[in-house]
Amino acid sequence: MECVFGLVGNGFTLIVADTLAVHSILVHKSNEDKIMILDSHKLLGASGESGDRVQFTEYIQKNVALYQFRNGIPLTTAAAANFTRGELATALRKSPYFVNILLAGYDKETGPSLYYIDYIATLHKIEKGAFGYGSYFSLSMMDRHYHSGMSVKEAIDLVDKCIMEIRSRLVVAPPNFVIKIVDKDGAREYAWRESIKDTIAPNTA
Amino acid sequence: MSIFEYNGSALIAMVGKNCFAIASDRRLGVQLQTIATDFQRIYKIHDKLYIGLSGLATDAQTLYQRLVFRHKLYQLREERDMKPETFASLVSAILYEKRFGPYFCQPVIAGLGDDDKPFICTMDSIGAKELAKDFVVAGTASESLYGACESMYKPDMEPEELFETISQALLSSVDRDCLSGWGGHVFVVTPTEVIERTLKGRMD
Repeated sequence: MECVFGLVGNGFTLIVADTLAVHSILVHKSNEDKIMILDSHKLLGASGESGDRVQFTEYIQKNVALYQFRNGIPLTTAAAANFTRGELATALRKSPYFVNILLAGYDKETGPSLYYIDYIATLHKIEKGAFGYGSYFSLSMMDRHYHSGMSVKEAIDLVDKCIMEIRSRLVVAPPNFVIKIVDKDGAREYAWRESIKDTIAPNTA
Repeated sequence: MSIFEYNGSALIAMVGKNCFAIASDRRLGVQLQTIATDFQRIYKIHDKLYIGLSGLATDAQTLYQRLVFRHKLYQLREERDMKPETFASLVSAILYEKRFGPYFCQPVIAGLGDDDKPFICTMDSIGAKELAKDFVVAGTASESLYGACESMYKPDMEPEELFETISQALLSSVDRDCLSGWGGHVFVVTPTEVIERTLKGRMD
């Protein structure tokens, strides 16, 4: 099922997500990007009900941008996380969003950070976290190999270990993953890990 | 599994000689999976008033934000801090407002009232206050906590002895509960100082 996990390293935060868009037993798309770039220095990795995921994350992205337009300065990662939790909490007893979120960011004053936001709006600042069936494997791998202040190379090695574990041990393992990183230079896509590539069929007209 | 046991929690508050202690575990879980081992359940309202919130973590966070908001307004209007008894009534009223759609939390309130007399109380999720002279407990490990506190507690303990007692009661009870534990967080509050300590127990 949907796998999203993330960890904090030395001056950066990584988020990894699978790229499968699934409807019951059918795979609609195998290169769906589930990690949204919120602003220059924030990433939002989301998993859960697809409609809620897209609607809610876009709503958060637009509100974060609005704050920057109105006030001239961007939100800090902690503020964005608390805003997201507030929106989820308000909606919880009316019409809840079934989206689990990992929010990663880099602030000049406080450095890299990662926030865990449950679909029922539980907020906690963490060093490593994961959602979905893949969390049973990736959390254990991270518990064993993670230490604070990892370099990018060490962190990517750990991410690859987690992906390998998910692929080999999860019966409905997603084939492809996307890795995004945020550090002092901004939020960007780092790499893809694909075992199934979408190829365009040749035109047989 | 009950909604109160979704995240797991353990809280105690105990009265000593002109002081009180409030302690919590540190686990944040989602049913059987542990998410974090440094989750904070006890919040400071003002220097002599602490509230611990057990139960569903999201409601504990929402409730805490609402209570801090109300207390800050009170401070602006009254130009003083709220007394623990008043605060307990406020929490009870806020919880009963949601009588037919409650916050899934059980608060434990501890403070020093007039003349620095220690005050502790707990309430259920719809605001039924339970005042006590000795100790109050809450959380998934509450049954073990009642037993441990009843046997270890004695009245008029000094802060150091109170700290030892509350720590032993907390750690021995959470060891029998799979949903709470991963260490402890203890605040011992006297009229002159607050000592905050982290406990290391069985990390499992």
